[in-house]
Amino acid sequence: MNLAIKDIQHSLGRFALTALGIGMLLMVVMGMGGIYRGIEKDATLLIDRLGADLWVVQRDTRGPFAEVSRVPANLIHRMLAVPGVKSAREFVYHTVQREHQGKLFRMAILGLSWPEDNGAWLPLTSGRPLGASHYEMIADKSLGLGLGQRVRLGKETYTVVGITTSMMGSSGDGLGFFTVADSQAIQFNTSNEAIRLERAARLARGERSELGTNQPSLLEQAIKPAYELPSTAKPQISAVIVHLSPGADAQRVVEIVSGWRDVTIYTQQGQETLLLRGTVEKVRKQIGLFRVLLTVIAGIVMALILYTLTLDKIHSIALLKLIGAPDRMILGLIMQQALFLGTLGYAVAYILGRKIFPMFPRRVILTNEDLFMLGWIVLGISVASSFLGIWKATQVSPNEAVA
Amino acid sequence: MDHKFAIETHQMTKVYGSGNTEVIAMHDATMNVERGEVVALLGPSGAGKSTFLTAIGLINPPTSGQIFIGGQLILDGPQSHTNLRTFRKQHIGFVFQKANLIPFLTAIENVQVALEINGNSPRAARKEALALMDYLGVADRANGLPNTLSGGQQQRVAVARALANKPSVILADEPTAALDGHRGRQVMELFAQVAHERGAGVVVVTHDHRALDVFDTIYEMEDGAMGPKKRQSDLMPSH
Ligand SMILES: Nc1ncnc2c1ncn2[C@@H]1O[C@H](COP(=O)(O)OP(=O)(O)OP(=O)(O)O)[C@@H](O)[C@H]1O
Ligand SMILES: [Mg+2]
Repeated sequence: MNLAIKDIQHSLGRFALTALGIGMLLMVVMGMGGIYRGIEKDATLLIDRLGADLWVVQRDTRGPFAEVSRVPANLIHRMLAVPGVKSAREFVYHTVQREHQGKLFRMAILGLSWPEDNGAWLPLTSGRPLGASHYEMIADKSLGLGLGQRVRLGKETYTVVGITTSMMGSSGDGLGFFTVADSQAIQFNTSNEAIRLERAARLARGERSELGTNQPSLLEQAIKPAYELPSTAKPQISAVIVHLSPGADAQRVVEIVSGWRDVTIYTQQGQETLLLRGTVEKVRKQIGLFRVLLTVIAGIVMALILYTLTLDKIHSIALLKLIGAPDRMILGLIMQQALFLGTLGYAVAYILGRKIFPMFPRRVILTNEDLFMLGWIVLGISVASSFLGIWKATQVSPNEAVA
Repeated sequence: MDHKFAIETHQMTKVYGSGNTEVIAMHDATMNVERGEVVALLGPSGAGKSTFLTAIGLINPPTSGQIFIGGQLILDGPQSHTNLRTFRKQHIGFVFQKANLIPFLTAIENVQVALEINGNSPRAARKEALALMDYLGVADRANGLPNTLSGGQQQRVAVARALANKPSVILADEPTAALDGHRGRQVMELFAQVAHERGAGVVVVTHDHRALDVFDTIYEMEDGAMGPKKRQSDLMPSH
């Protein structure tokens, strides 16, 4: 006769509730671990997906994620001239927070170097890559935009032509993909009034200068739109990302570019380290520590629940000892129930978590490694609290069954 | 065990607590119970009857004095000469005032578990348990949980459990307190029957003087001291 099963059958409702309680507790621990992994993964996701070999950024900055970096667009051509470089393209990235259909709308914008890059490498779940140089966008599912939906950003309206999945910026905002020109237009959008004022200021400065007085025709040039002016630089880009030819020596390229006084170069690994060490470091530590704390508390609560289970049966245990039940039988009763509740709780946590975590605004990633770890912890706690119960059971005198 | 005596105790003393709170619950209690003998233990409340019974039941060792069961020295003061739990399982059956049943097992399982503990297969144990319950007239309530049984039914299940392993010693502490006179007498007669049939030594603590004629021998305790042995034949006028 298996006493553990008999006892469980006898108070099925109570056991079910206990298992549910332990399960929800474990689910929170599991979720916290998932949030931790989510932050880690999201932070480096974009870098991983872009898969660049090298990142070239403004001299002495740790850009473009950890801080602002500005490099001229013509850096692309300089990079292409370095032996071993297969391709180089602009990296244009910034976050906007606007309103869309009356709701707060945060989006990380990534510029694609149209026409070489139309976003065909993105994990599209529906729609298509960009098909025109302007007014189209690919949106991540987490932004909540549908195919064909139109979004007004700055002076223009963009149509969603494709939907991706799991594409987040390092702070967990969903990504929107535009051509570089469009993304810069969004980034550097200036109101009409500001443009008129800027032109007037240019005219005024010209009129005061000697050059302006000597050559009044220059002033006519000065009030033209900025992009028509030969002397006004194109909006600058954040970084240049470089892919190397197969077999090229990355170290060699790094050495060459390190000699240039206006830029700094990082490997992909270097960028990831910068991100994890800098931007998300504090959040990561905060969540990490909280996770440890939560695991410890869950362990204590679980141990107490399992121990109480034994205390409730202490009279029956005394009685079993009285009629000569061997220790093995009493140990089995306590241990089996603890393991049963631990296992059931873990299963509840896993099943509930699988249902609930996807509804979280940021990704909750359950890695196999973390799941195994938690499994071992649950097993350990079940066994440890059994020992506590078994110790209590050995202390009880069979005489207590009579008292 | 073919020794003449089922139980022999020699000058058992039990002291609870120490210093100011010291209570001498039993002193120099000596009693010999033959195989097949049914003993009633009488005495006022606090006389030390339960102390004596739990001592010979090997669950409350005496402070000093010896206990022999089947001629074998089991306890010398608190010092045990064998594994008490194993010994209890094989040789001693208990019944208490409160029917001490395991609440999460059905009536029959309560009997069955005692048989399984003693090495019977679950099937054999179940069969034997059912036969015992039938014998005690509670077979119809075999699958009821203890809290759904009446006090008397619970008591009879407890008796069935005590008899399960054919013990050589049966100890009962006010087993009929929860039963009416008729049922109480039936339980006492059952003890006598088992004692005589199987040659077990039976000690029953009781306050019920109406059923005293069932017993072979009567002892009385007072203030921790064991009175002299009285034979039934000495008490009853002969016909
Ligand atoms: N665990 C204990 N600790 C201290 N004193 C105890 C303990 N158990 C019993 N006693 C005391 O020992 C004495 C004998 O108690 P015992 O239970 O043996 O009496 P009893 O004859 O069974 O009484 P009753 O008829 O009321 O059951 C009493 O004075 C009691 O208070
Ligand atoms: Mg008593």
